[in-house]
Amino acid sequence: MNIAGRAHCFGDDINTDYIIASKYKTASLDPRDLTRHLMEDIDPGFGQRVRPGDILVAGKNFGCGSSREGAPLVIKAAGIGVVVAPSFARIFFRNAINIGLPVFICDTAGISTGDDLAFDLEAGTGRNLATGATIQAAPLPKVMINIVRDGGLAAHIRKHKTFQLA
Amino acid sequence: MAGKTIAEKILSAKSGQDARAGDIVVASLDLTYSHDGNRPLAMELLESMGTAKVWDPAKYILFLDHHPSPNAVSAAAHTKLRAFARAQGVQLYEMGDGISHVVLPERGHIAPGDLAIGSDSHSCTGGALAAFTTGVGSTDMAAAMATGQLWMRVPETILVRCTGILPRGVGAKDLALAIAGHIGADGANYAAIEFAGPTIDALSMDGRFTLTNLAIEMGAKAGLIGTDAVTEAWLDGRLKRPWSHLNADPDAVYAQIVDIDAATLTPRIALPHNVDKVVAIEDLVRTKVHQVVIGTCNAARSSDLAEAARILEGKHIAPGVRLIVTPSSRDTMVASMQSGVLATLVQAGAVIATPGCSGCAGGCHFAVPDVGENIVSTANRNFKGRLGNAESFIYLASPATAAASALTGWITDPREYAA
Repeated sequence: MNIAGRAHCFGDDINTDYIIASKYKTASLDPRDLTRHLMEDIDPGFGQRVRPGDILVAGKNFGCGSSREGAPLVIKAAGIGVVVAPSFARIFFRNAINIGLPVFICDTAGISTGDDLAFDLEAGTGRNLATGATIQAAPLPKVMINIVRDGGLAAHIRKHKTFQLA
Repeated sequence: MAGKTIAEKILSAKSGQDARAGDIVVASLDLTYSHDGNRPLAMELLESMGTAKVWDPAKYILFLDHHPSPNAVSAAAHTKLRAFARAQGVQLYEMGDGISHVVLPERGHIAPGDLAIGSDSHSCTGGALAAFTTGVGSTDMAAAMATGQLWMRVPETILVRCTGILPRGVGAKDLALAIAGHIGADGANYAAIEFAGPTIDALSMDGRFTLTNLAIEMGAKAGLIGTDAVTEAWLDGRLKRPWSHLNADPDAVYAQIVDIDAATLTPRIALPHNVDKVVAIEDLVRTKVHQVVIGTCNAARSSDLAEAARILEGKHIAPGVRLIVTPSSRDTMVASMQSGVLATLVQAGAVIATPGCSGCAGGCHFAVPDVGENIVSTANRNFKGRLGNAESFIYLASPATAAASALTGWITDPREYAA
């Protein structure tokens, strides 16, 4: 699966409260209603500016903080094709894979807001069209690849009744 | 063969294989638990896993802790959770019973050596009982409810060795913040932390829970403390099933060893808006306080409230300051009523909130500050907007610092007031 879109860059340690503030957790049960509040406390208006297919680029430890699955769900509902960061907080990383939001662990230092990026999710490679730089994602554990291939954790468990490590 | 860390021992036992750091295993769970605060609720995803039933109703517990003052949406979620609990025959702790991470150990649901997951990031708290307890999202939880299992990567362990006895007026929260400042918000990402050494040996269980609760703020998957006589005395009368002591092997392999000298520690403050932005209180500029919160799963247990009461006894908080005290559980509240601690706090000007998550996150619709206000809180998170207003500033501190600050109206070194 190929994704191409415009980069939106954020800094280090973007926590799940910044992705979607706690006060909206009960505002609506539909993540699509919450996309306008995406990143609201650190970048007001981002939720209105972001376009389907855009790419979220961040610094280290993206998604730290709470276990709320609303964080990756709202990012996915906003149409963001992939989140790329040099490291992810582990609960967010698992949640993203489980719900089918693509995530890429890679160096993001050379990417600027507005750069056009293209990714081949299956191959784990990408390209910064603005700079010509190539991007290589760190490989996922086999179990996560299996979950992604099955279409998320629910489909994986329905199919195998357990976790397929190999 | 080298010895094992606490994490390796537990994940070996629960996966039935010789589990070492870096291995990926499927482990059997002793306990799973969820709360009312996150959407989707794990129960809403259970059927998507291809089953209508929790694998073992005795091993799943529900908590209505995040919304003790529900709005219409959370009231509807409560109704749904109560109905699910009845239909599935699982235990549910009601509004006012307290925060899951506090209630579970208090009510004897967690034993040393257990493997437990909660659909809340602060599920690492139970590690103070040498149980591997960790947080997951709703989909992982639903998969666990369906199968009784979870895939896990066996984490490397960072050993935090603490020596020296904490000075007067300096407590477990100060130690926890000092360690968070040292390790950083992602320094323990994908890893476990073991807290050990003479300082930890001398800590009460309340203090140990404060420490392990903060492990997630360093990115850790688990915060673990081996068992000893303090654990044994605390579990006596609480835990109704047989258990064994559990400690790391002396020759266990650690990814990193961090040494902390507790004897020279001074009160610590985490500045807005990062938990690892930690300074010594003596280095803080004079800072006005508008609201003080003594609450959350980090530091609002009986001894935390008692420490605040010792500082506030016979006095009154400064004019213009609000002091909100949220006992972390019903048991904490009852004990603090019986000891007179709550009366002391109320006479000093405190508002007592329903045991639960009130005063921690804005989603609780409680203690939301105004624009430009400074809050001193015993919580574990000071993220921008955490309390529901992005234009306010949260300073994390110990219960003693919180109480002294409520008294003066400025962030105040509690050592001047500590008995």
